Amino acid sequence: MTSLYEEITPAAPGDVPTRRITVNVNGQPRTVDVEPRLLLAHLIRYGLKLTGTHTGCDTTNCGACTVLLDGEPVKSCTVFAVQADGHDVMTVEGLGSPSELHPVQEGFKDEHGLQCGFCTPGMMMSAKALLDRNPDPTEDEVRWALSGNLCRCTGYQNIVKAVLWAGDKLRAQAASGEES
Amino acid sequence: MYPPRFRYEAPTTVEEAIGLLTEGKGEAKLLAGGQSLIPMMKLRFASPEMIIDINGLSGLDYLTFPDDGSIRVGALCRHATLERSAELGVRQPTMAAAAPLVADPIVRNRGTLVGSLCHSDPQGDWSAVMVALGGHLVAQGPAGKRSIPVKDLVTGPFQNALAFNEIGIEAVVPAPAGVPMGGYLKLERRVGDFATASVAVALEMEGATVAKAGIGLGAVGSKTINAEDAAGALVGGPLTPEGIATAGDLAAAVAQPRSDHRGSADYKKHIVQTFVVRILNRVAASMEKVA
Repeated sequence: MTSLYEEITPAAPGDVPTRRITVNVNGQPRTVDVEPRLLLAHLIRYGLKLTGTHTGCDTTNCGACTVLLDGEPVKSCTVFAVQADGHDVMTVEGLGSPSELHPVQEGFKDEHGLQCGFCTPGMMMSAKALLDRNPDPTEDEVRWALSGNLCRCTGYQNIVKAVLWAGDKLRAQAASGEES
Repeated sequence: MYPPRFRYEAPTTVEEAIGLLTEGKGEAKLLAGGQSLIPMMKLRFASPEMIIDINGLSGLDYLTFPDDGSIRVGALCRHATLERSAELGVRQPTMAAAAPLVADPIVRNRGTLVGSLCHSDPQGDWSAVMVALGGHLVAQGPAGKRSIPVKDLVTGPFQNALAFNEIGIEAVVPAPAGVPMGGYLKLERRVGDFATASVAVALEMEGATVAKAGIGLGAVGSKTINAEDAAGALVGGPLTPEGIATAGDLAAAVAQPRSDHRGSADYKKHIVQTFVVRILNRVAASMEKVA
Protein backbone atom coordinates (compact mmCIF):
# COMPACT_ATOMS: atom_id res chain seq x y z
CA MET A 1 0.00 0.00 0.00
CA THR A 2 2.80 2.40 0.84
CA SER A 3 4.37 1.99 -2.59
CA LEU A 4 1.45 2.62 -4.88
CA TYR A 5 3.32 5.45 -6.60
CA GLU A 6 6.78 3.88 -6.20
CA GLU A 7 7.08 2.49 -9.70
CA ILE A 8 6.89 6.03 -10.99
CA THR A 9 8.67 7.83 -8.17
CA PRO A 10 11.10 5.35 -6.58
CA ALA A 11 12.17 6.00 -3.02
CA ALA A 12 14.49 4.22 -0.65
CA PRO A 13 12.62 2.13 1.93
CA GLY A 14 11.97 4.14 5.03
CA ASP A 15 12.29 7.33 3.03
CA VAL A 16 8.57 7.71 2.60
CA PRO A 17 6.69 8.59 5.77
CA THR A 18 3.37 6.84 5.98
CA ARG A 19 0.32 7.09 8.17
CA ARG A 20 -1.88 4.29 9.38
CA ILE A 21 -5.51 5.08 8.65
CA THR A 22 -8.77 3.22 9.13
CA VAL A 23 -11.52 3.95 6.64
CA ASN A 24 -14.96 2.44 6.87
CA VAL A 25 -15.45 1.35 3.25
CA ASN A 26 -18.90 0.05 2.35
CA GLY A 27 -19.48 -0.81 5.99
CA GLN A 28 -16.16 -2.60 6.55
CA PRO A 29 -13.28 -1.00 8.47
CA ARG A 30 -10.13 -1.14 6.35
CA THR A 31 -6.81 -0.33 8.03
CA VAL A 32 -3.98 0.58 5.68
CA ASP A 33 -0.65 2.41 5.72
CA VAL A 34 -0.62 5.19 3.17
CA GLU A 35 1.65 7.91 1.89
CA PRO A 36 -0.09 11.22 2.70
CA ARG A 37 -0.14 12.16 -0.99
CA LEU A 38 -2.13 9.06 -1.94
CA LEU A 39 -5.44 10.12 -3.47
CA LEU A 40 -8.62 8.52 -2.17
CA ALA A 41 -9.48 7.37 -5.72
CA HIS A 42 -6.18 5.52 -5.95
CA LEU A 43 -6.58 3.94 -2.51
CA ILE A 44 -9.99 2.67 -3.57
CA ARG A 45 -8.98 1.41 -7.01
CA TYR A 46 -5.42 0.17 -6.59
CA GLY A 47 -5.13 -0.34 -2.84
CA LEU A 48 -8.51 -1.88 -2.07
CA LYS A 49 -9.04 -3.21 -5.63
CA LEU A 50 -12.54 -1.75 -5.81
CA THR A 51 -12.42 -0.89 -9.49
CA GLY A 52 -16.04 0.25 -9.76
CA THR A 53 -14.83 3.77 -8.97
CA HIS A 54 -13.46 5.14 -12.23
CA THR A 55 -10.90 7.89 -12.71
CA GLY A 56 -11.82 9.97 -15.74
CA CYS A 57 -10.40 13.45 -16.15
CA ASP A 58 -8.23 13.40 -13.02
CA THR A 59 -8.69 17.20 -12.81
CA THR A 60 -11.85 17.61 -10.70
CA ASN A 61 -14.08 18.12 -13.72
CA CYS A 62 -15.87 14.95 -14.72
CA GLY A 63 -17.17 13.34 -11.52
CA ALA A 64 -16.53 9.75 -12.69
CA CYS A 65 -14.64 9.09 -9.42
CA THR A 66 -17.53 10.29 -7.22
CA VAL A 67 -17.94 8.36 -3.96
CA LEU A 68 -19.89 9.21 -0.83
CA LEU A 69 -17.81 10.51 2.09
CA ASP A 70 -20.03 10.45 5.18
CA GLY A 71 -23.01 10.32 2.81
CA GLU A 72 -22.03 13.34 0.68
CA PRO A 73 -20.72 13.00 -2.88
CA VAL A 74 -17.05 13.95 -3.28
CA LYS A 75 -14.64 13.63 -6.19
CA SER A 76 -12.27 11.00 -4.82
CA CYS A 77 -9.47 12.19 -7.13
CA THR A 78 -9.55 15.46 -5.17
CA VAL A 79 -9.42 14.13 -1.62
CA PHE A 80 -6.34 12.62 0.05
CA ALA A 81 -6.86 9.14 1.45
CA VAL A 82 -5.59 10.36 4.85
CA GLN A 83 -8.52 12.77 4.96
CA ALA A 84 -10.90 9.79 5.00
CA ASP A 85 -9.30 8.43 8.19
CA GLY A 86 -12.10 7.63 10.61
CA HIS A 87 -14.80 8.41 8.06
CA ASP A 88 -17.35 6.40 6.04
CA VAL A 89 -16.77 5.89 2.33
CA MET A 90 -19.37 4.33 0.06
CA THR A 91 -18.42 3.22 -3.43
CA VAL A 92 -20.67 1.77 -6.12
CA GLU A 93 -19.79 -1.70 -4.78
CA GLY A 94 -21.61 -0.73 -1.58
CA LEU A 95 -24.75 0.33 -3.40
CA GLY A 96 -26.08 -3.10 -4.35
CA SER A 97 -24.98 -6.47 -5.67
CA PRO A 98 -25.57 -8.16 -9.05
CA SER A 99 -28.31 -10.30 -7.49
CA GLU A 100 -29.79 -7.46 -5.49
CA LEU A 101 -29.52 -4.17 -7.33
CA HIS A 102 -30.14 -0.88 -5.56
CA PRO A 103 -33.18 0.95 -7.03
CA VAL A 104 -30.79 3.51 -8.52
CA GLN A 105 -28.94 0.71 -10.34
CA GLU A 106 -32.25 -0.84 -11.39
CA GLY A 107 -33.36 2.51 -12.73
CA PHE A 108 -30.23 2.89 -14.87
CA LYS A 109 -30.84 -0.63 -16.21
CA ASP A 110 -34.56 -0.18 -16.86
CA GLU A 111 -34.36 3.31 -18.36
CA HIS A 112 -31.17 2.62 -20.33
CA GLY A 113 -29.34 5.29 -18.35
CA LEU A 114 -25.94 4.35 -19.72
CA GLN A 115 -24.13 3.63 -22.93
CA CYS A 116 -20.38 3.14 -22.43
CA GLY A 117 -20.82 2.98 -18.66
CA PHE A 118 -17.73 4.95 -17.71
CA CYS A 119 -19.52 7.79 -15.91
CA THR A 120 -22.20 5.50 -14.48
CA PRO A 121 -20.77 4.68 -11.02
CA GLY A 122 -20.20 8.38 -10.30
CA MET A 123 -23.65 9.27 -11.64
CA MET A 124 -25.26 6.66 -9.41
CA MET A 125 -23.46 7.88 -6.28
CA SER A 126 -24.58 11.47 -6.92
CA ALA A 127 -28.10 10.18 -7.61
CA LYS A 128 -28.16 8.19 -4.38
CA ALA A 129 -27.10 11.22 -2.34
CA LEU A 130 -29.78 13.34 -4.02
CA LEU A 131 -32.54 10.81 -3.29
CA ASP A 132 -31.35 10.41 0.31
CA ARG A 133 -31.74 14.16 0.81
CA ASN A 134 -34.71 14.76 -1.47
CA PRO A 135 -36.81 11.61 -2.07
CA ASP A 136 -39.12 13.26 -4.59
CA PRO A 137 -37.02 15.53 -6.81
CA THR A 138 -38.28 17.36 -9.88
CA GLU A 139 -36.56 16.80 -13.21
CA ASP A 140 -34.84 20.15 -12.75
CA GLU A 141 -33.54 19.16 -9.34
CA VAL A 142 -32.16 15.91 -10.78
CA ARG A 143 -30.36 17.78 -13.57
CA TRP A 144 -29.00 20.29 -11.06
CA ALA A 145 -27.77 17.56 -8.69
CA LEU A 146 -26.01 15.70 -11.52
CA SER A 147 -24.44 18.81 -13.05
CA GLY A 148 -21.03 17.88 -11.61
CA ASN A 149 -21.03 14.51 -13.39
CA LEU A 150 -20.22 14.53 -17.09
CA CYS A 151 -21.51 11.96 -19.60
CA ARG A 152 -20.26 11.98 -23.17
CA CYS A 153 -22.66 9.35 -24.55
CA THR A 154 -26.23 9.67 -23.44
CA GLY A 155 -27.10 13.33 -23.67
CA TYR A 156 -28.29 12.85 -20.07
CA GLN A 157 -31.94 12.27 -21.04
CA ASN A 158 -32.11 8.65 -19.91
CA ILE A 159 -29.90 9.28 -16.88
CA VAL A 160 -32.44 11.79 -15.62
CA LYS A 161 -35.27 9.30 -16.34
CA ALA A 162 -33.35 6.60 -14.46
CA VAL A 163 -32.98 8.75 -11.35
CA LEU A 164 -36.68 9.71 -11.42
CA TRP A 165 -37.52 6.00 -11.82
CA ALA A 166 -35.36 5.18 -8.79
CA GLY A 167 -37.07 7.92 -6.78
CA ASP A 168 -40.49 6.47 -7.60
CA LYS A 169 -39.35 2.99 -6.60
CA LEU A 170 -37.74 4.12 -3.35
CA ARG A 171 -40.86 6.06 -2.38
CA ALA A 172 -43.06 3.07 -3.19
CA GLN A 173 -40.79 0.87 -1.08
CA ALA A 174 -40.92 3.32 1.81
CA ALA A 175 -44.73 3.52 1.58
CA SER A 176 -45.19 -0.26 1.57
CA GLY A 177 -42.73 -0.51 4.46
CA GLU A 178 -44.87 1.88 6.48
CA GLU A 179 -48.03 -0.13 5.76
CA SER A 180 -46.60 -3.51 6.79
CA MET B 1 -1.80 12.18 -11.80
CA TYR B 2 -0.66 12.54 -8.23
CA PRO B 3 1.02 15.26 -6.21
CA PRO B 4 4.66 15.48 -5.14
CA ARG B 5 5.52 14.18 -1.67
CA PHE B 6 4.78 16.40 1.29
CA ARG B 7 4.80 16.29 5.04
CA TYR B 8 1.25 15.93 6.35
CA GLU B 9 0.08 17.45 9.61
CA ALA B 10 -3.44 17.44 11.03
CA PRO B 11 -3.50 19.88 13.97
CA THR B 12 -6.45 19.99 16.34
CA THR B 13 -6.14 23.62 17.47
CA VAL B 14 -5.75 26.90 15.58
CA GLU B 15 -2.65 27.75 17.66
CA GLU B 16 -1.03 24.46 16.65
CA ALA B 17 -1.83 25.17 12.99
CA ILE B 18 -0.26 28.65 13.25
CA GLY B 19 2.81 27.09 14.87
CA LEU B 20 3.14 24.67 11.95
CA LEU B 21 2.74 27.52 9.42
CA THR B 22 5.50 29.44 11.21
CA GLU B 23 7.70 26.35 11.18
CA GLY B 24 6.97 25.92 7.45
CA LYS B 25 8.50 29.34 6.66
CA GLY B 26 6.17 29.94 3.72
CA GLU B 27 6.53 26.43 2.28
CA ALA B 28 3.44 25.11 4.05
CA LYS B 29 -0.13 25.25 2.74
CA LEU B 30 -3.40 24.95 4.63
CA LEU B 31 -5.82 22.31 3.39
CA ALA B 32 -9.52 23.03 3.98
CA GLY B 33 -11.76 21.95 1.08
CA GLY B 34 -8.76 21.34 -1.16
CA GLN B 35 -10.83 21.67 -4.33
CA SER B 36 -8.36 24.12 -5.87
CA LEU B 37 -5.21 23.17 -3.95
CA ILE B 38 -5.26 19.44 -4.70
CA PRO B 39 -5.75 19.86 -8.48
CA MET B 40 -2.94 22.44 -8.48
CA MET B 41 -0.68 19.99 -6.65
CA LYS B 42 -1.56 17.18 -9.06
CA LEU B 43 -0.77 19.46 -12.00
CA ARG B 44 2.46 20.40 -10.14
CA PHE B 45 1.60 24.09 -10.19
CA ALA B 46 1.96 23.92 -6.42
CA SER B 47 4.43 21.75 -4.50
CA PRO B 48 4.17 22.71 -0.82
CA GLU B 49 6.63 20.96 1.48
CA MET B 50 4.00 20.68 4.17
CA ILE B 51 0.24 20.26 4.07
CA ILE B 52 -1.58 21.38 7.19
CA ASP B 53 -5.01 19.76 7.11
CA ILE B 54 -7.31 21.98 9.18
CA ASN B 55 -10.39 19.77 8.78
CA GLY B 56 -9.80 18.46 12.30
CA LEU B 57 -10.19 21.91 13.90
CA SER B 58 -13.49 21.85 15.73
CA GLY B 59 -16.11 24.59 15.74
CA LEU B 60 -15.16 26.26 12.46
CA ASP B 61 -17.87 24.86 10.18
CA TYR B 62 -20.46 27.44 11.18
CA LEU B 63 -22.73 29.80 9.29
CA THR B 64 -24.27 32.07 11.93
CA PHE B 65 -26.55 35.10 12.04
CA PRO B 66 -25.77 36.86 15.34
CA ASP B 67 -28.09 39.44 16.90
CA ASP B 68 -25.94 42.33 15.72
CA GLY B 69 -27.21 41.63 12.18
CA SER B 70 -23.87 40.44 10.76
CA ILE B 71 -23.34 37.14 8.95
CA ARG B 72 -20.37 35.02 10.00
CA VAL B 73 -18.94 32.16 7.97
CA GLY B 74 -16.37 29.90 9.62
CA ALA B 75 -13.27 28.60 7.86
CA LEU B 76 -14.74 25.12 7.42
CA CYS B 77 -18.23 26.14 6.28
CA ARG B 78 -18.74 24.43 2.90
CA HIS B 79 -20.36 26.07 -0.12
CA ALA B 80 -23.16 23.46 0.15
CA THR B 81 -24.06 24.71 3.65
CA LEU B 82 -24.50 28.22 2.27
CA GLU B 83 -26.47 26.91 -0.71
CA ARG B 84 -28.89 24.99 1.50
CA SER B 85 -29.37 27.68 4.14
CA ALA B 86 -32.95 28.98 3.98
CA GLU B 87 -32.03 31.81 6.35
CA LEU B 88 -29.22 33.02 4.07
CA GLY B 89 -31.80 33.21 1.29
CA VAL B 90 -33.89 35.54 3.40
CA ARG B 91 -31.03 37.58 4.86
CA GLN B 92 -28.56 38.02 2.04
CA PRO B 93 -29.73 37.80 -1.60
CA THR B 94 -26.29 38.36 -3.17
CA MET B 95 -24.69 35.49 -1.23
CA ALA B 96 -27.72 33.27 -1.76
CA ALA B 97 -27.52 33.88 -5.51
CA ALA B 98 -23.81 33.08 -5.63
CA ALA B 99 -23.73 29.92 -3.49
CA PRO B 100 -25.41 27.60 -6.05
CA LEU B 101 -23.16 28.91 -8.84
CA VAL B 102 -19.84 28.02 -7.23
CA ALA B 103 -18.12 25.22 -9.18
CA ASP B 104 -20.42 22.15 -9.29
CA PRO B 105 -22.55 20.36 -6.66
CA ILE B 106 -19.87 17.79 -5.78
CA VAL B 107 -17.14 20.39 -5.36
CA ARG B 108 -19.54 22.48 -3.23
CA ASN B 109 -19.68 19.64 -0.70
CA ARG B 110 -15.96 20.11 0.05
CA GLY B 111 -14.95 23.64 -0.91
CA THR B 112 -15.21 26.52 1.56
CA LEU B 113 -15.98 30.23 1.26
CA VAL B 114 -13.00 31.26 3.40
CA GLY B 115 -10.72 28.95 1.42
CA SER B 116 -11.95 30.57 -1.79
CA LEU B 117 -11.11 34.03 -0.40
CA CYS B 118 -7.65 32.89 0.72
CA HIS B 119 -6.98 31.16 -2.61
CA SER B 120 -7.52 34.61 -4.19
CA ASP B 121 -8.20 33.35 -7.69
CA PRO B 122 -9.27 36.35 -9.80
CA GLN B 123 -11.99 34.07 -11.22
CA GLY B 124 -13.29 33.08 -7.78
CA ASP B 125 -16.92 33.79 -6.95
CA TRP B 126 -16.78 34.72 -3.26
CA SER B 127 -14.18 37.48 -3.55
CA ALA B 128 -16.46 39.39 -5.92
CA VAL B 129 -19.44 38.84 -3.61
CA MET B 130 -17.53 39.92 -0.49
CA VAL B 131 -16.14 43.01 -2.23
CA ALA B 132 -19.70 44.02 -3.16
CA LEU B 133 -20.90 43.41 0.41
CA GLY B 134 -18.01 45.23 2.08
CA GLY B 135 -17.16 42.01 3.91
CA HIS B 136 -13.95 41.25 5.69
CA LEU B 137 -11.78 38.30 6.55
CA VAL B 138 -10.69 37.65 10.11
CA ALA B 139 -7.12 36.37 10.05
CA GLN B 140 -5.33 34.84 13.00
CA GLY B 141 -1.55 34.74 13.35
CA PRO B 142 1.02 34.44 16.12
CA ALA B 143 0.22 38.01 17.26
CA GLY B 144 -3.53 37.43 17.41
CA LYS B 145 -6.45 38.33 15.20
CA ARG B 146 -6.91 41.13 12.70
CA SER B 147 -9.65 42.03 10.27
CA ILE B 148 -8.88 42.57 6.58
CA PRO B 149 -11.49 44.12 4.23
CA VAL B 150 -11.84 41.70 1.32
CA LYS B 151 -11.34 44.60 -1.12
CA ASP B 152 -7.82 44.96 0.31
CA LEU B 153 -7.22 41.23 0.79
CA VAL B 154 -6.74 40.23 -2.82
CA THR B 155 -3.60 41.89 -4.19
CA GLY B 156 -3.08 39.96 -7.41
CA PRO B 157 -3.65 36.59 -9.05
CA PHE B 158 -3.46 34.00 -6.24
CA GLN B 159 -1.85 36.69 -4.06
CA ASN B 160 -3.24 38.24 -0.92
CA ALA B 161 -2.42 40.31 2.12
CA LEU B 162 -2.21 37.34 4.51
CA ALA B 163 1.14 36.74 6.18
CA PHE B 164 2.58 33.26 5.60
CA ASN B 165 1.67 32.25 9.14
CA GLU B 166 -1.83 33.67 9.27
CA ILE B 167 -5.00 31.60 8.96
CA GLY B 168 -8.28 32.92 7.58
CA ILE B 169 -10.59 32.06 10.47
CA GLU B 170 -13.89 33.51 9.35
CA ALA B 171 -15.53 35.80 6.84
CA VAL B 172 -17.84 38.50 8.17
CA VAL B 173 -20.54 40.43 6.36
CA PRO B 174 -21.38 43.55 8.39
CA ALA B 175 -24.94 44.29 9.44
CA PRO B 176 -26.81 46.15 6.69
CA ALA B 177 -28.09 49.68 7.33
CA GLY B 178 -31.14 49.10 5.12
CA VAL B 179 -32.91 46.20 3.42
CA PRO B 180 -30.32 44.08 1.59
CA MET B 181 -31.04 43.51 -2.10
CA GLY B 182 -28.92 42.50 -5.07
CA GLY B 183 -27.75 39.44 -6.91
CA TYR B 184 -24.92 37.56 -8.55
CA LEU B 185 -24.58 36.50 -12.17
CA LYS B 186 -21.81 34.46 -13.76
CA LEU B 187 -21.22 33.46 -17.34
CA GLU B 188 -19.56 30.07 -17.65
CA ARG B 189 -19.26 27.76 -20.65
CA ARG B 190 -20.60 24.89 -18.59
CA VAL B 191 -21.12 24.04 -14.92
CA GLY B 192 -17.79 23.85 -13.12
CA ASP B 193 -15.79 25.82 -15.68
CA PHE B 194 -13.93 28.94 -14.65
CA ALA B 195 -16.00 32.09 -15.07
CA THR B 196 -15.90 34.04 -18.32
CA ALA B 197 -17.09 37.02 -16.29
CA SER B 198 -19.07 37.45 -13.10
CA VAL B 199 -20.80 40.34 -11.35
CA ALA B 200 -21.93 40.71 -7.74
CA VAL B 201 -24.23 43.59 -6.78
CA ALA B 202 -25.21 44.35 -3.19
CA LEU B 203 -27.57 47.18 -2.28
CA GLU B 204 -28.99 48.41 0.99
CA MET B 205 -32.35 50.09 0.49
CA GLU B 206 -34.06 52.57 2.77
CA GLY B 207 -37.52 52.70 1.30
CA ALA B 208 -37.02 53.37 -2.39
CA THR B 209 -33.63 55.03 -1.80
CA VAL B 210 -30.33 53.26 -2.32
CA ALA B 211 -28.51 53.88 0.98
CA LYS B 212 -25.44 51.85 0.14
CA ALA B 213 -24.18 49.97 -2.90
CA GLY B 214 -21.30 47.68 -3.78
CA ILE B 215 -20.33 46.03 -7.07
CA GLY B 216 -17.63 43.35 -7.38
CA LEU B 217 -16.36 42.00 -10.69
CA GLY B 218 -14.81 38.56 -11.12
CA ALA B 219 -12.67 37.08 -13.92
CA VAL B 220 -12.17 40.40 -15.69
CA GLY B 221 -8.76 41.37 -14.32
CA SER B 222 -5.70 40.07 -12.54
CA LYS B 223 -7.65 40.36 -9.30
CA THR B 224 -11.22 40.89 -8.15
CA ILE B 225 -12.31 44.38 -9.15
CA ASN B 226 -14.13 46.78 -6.83
CA ALA B 227 -16.34 48.88 -9.15
CA GLU B 228 -16.66 51.72 -6.63
CA ASP B 229 -17.66 54.46 -9.08
CA ALA B 230 -20.40 52.32 -10.61
CA ALA B 231 -21.79 51.54 -7.16
CA GLY B 232 -21.42 55.16 -6.03
CA ALA B 233 -23.53 56.35 -8.96
CA LEU B 234 -26.49 54.47 -7.49
CA VAL B 235 -26.35 55.86 -3.95
CA GLY B 236 -28.62 58.61 -2.64
CA GLY B 237 -31.66 58.17 -4.84
CA PRO B 238 -34.07 55.59 -6.19
CA LEU B 239 -33.11 53.12 -8.90
CA THR B 240 -33.82 54.77 -12.24
CA PRO B 241 -33.27 53.46 -15.78
CA GLU B 242 -30.67 56.21 -16.31
CA GLY B 243 -28.86 55.43 -13.06
CA ILE B 244 -28.85 51.72 -13.86
CA ALA B 245 -27.44 52.37 -17.34
CA THR B 246 -24.72 54.62 -15.89
CA ALA B 247 -23.73 51.97 -13.34
CA GLY B 248 -23.46 49.36 -16.09
CA ASP B 249 -21.24 51.61 -18.20
CA LEU B 250 -19.01 52.60 -15.27
CA ALA B 251 -18.58 48.96 -14.24
CA ALA B 252 -17.62 47.93 -17.78
CA ALA B 253 -15.14 50.82 -17.86
CA VAL B 254 -13.15 49.52 -14.87
CA ALA B 255 -13.15 45.88 -16.05
CA GLN B 256 -9.76 44.86 -17.37
CA PRO B 257 -10.43 41.56 -19.12
CA ARG B 258 -8.03 39.80 -21.45
CA SER B 259 -9.04 38.14 -24.70
CA ASP B 260 -8.77 34.37 -24.42
CA HIS B 261 -10.57 31.18 -25.46
CA ARG B 262 -13.57 32.23 -23.36
CA GLY B 263 -14.11 35.41 -25.32
CA SER B 264 -12.62 38.71 -26.41
CA ALA B 265 -11.94 41.54 -23.98
CA ASP B 266 -14.70 43.61 -25.58
CA TYR B 267 -17.16 40.75 -25.22
CA LYS B 268 -16.35 40.35 -21.52
CA LYS B 269 -16.78 44.10 -20.90
CA HIS B 270 -20.14 43.82 -22.61
CA ILE B 271 -21.08 40.94 -20.31
CA VAL B 272 -20.13 43.00 -17.24
CA GLN B 273 -22.29 45.87 -18.42
CA THR B 274 -25.20 43.54 -19.24
CA PHE B 275 -25.01 41.72 -15.88
CA VAL B 276 -24.90 44.92 -13.81
CA VAL B 277 -27.95 46.25 -15.65
CA ARG B 278 -29.75 42.90 -15.45
CA ILE B 279 -29.28 42.52 -11.68
CA LEU B 280 -30.33 46.13 -11.02
CA ASN B 281 -33.38 45.81 -13.28
CA ARG B 282 -34.43 42.72 -11.34
CA VAL B 283 -34.06 44.59 -8.05
CA ALA B 284 -36.06 47.53 -9.45
CA ALA B 285 -38.80 45.16 -10.66
CA SER B 286 -39.00 43.41 -7.28
CA MET B 287 -39.29 46.80 -5.54
CA GLU B 288 -42.19 47.76 -7.79
CA LYS B 289 -43.96 44.55 -6.80
CA VAL B 290 -43.56 45.39 -3.12
CA ALA B 291 -44.70 49.00 -3.61
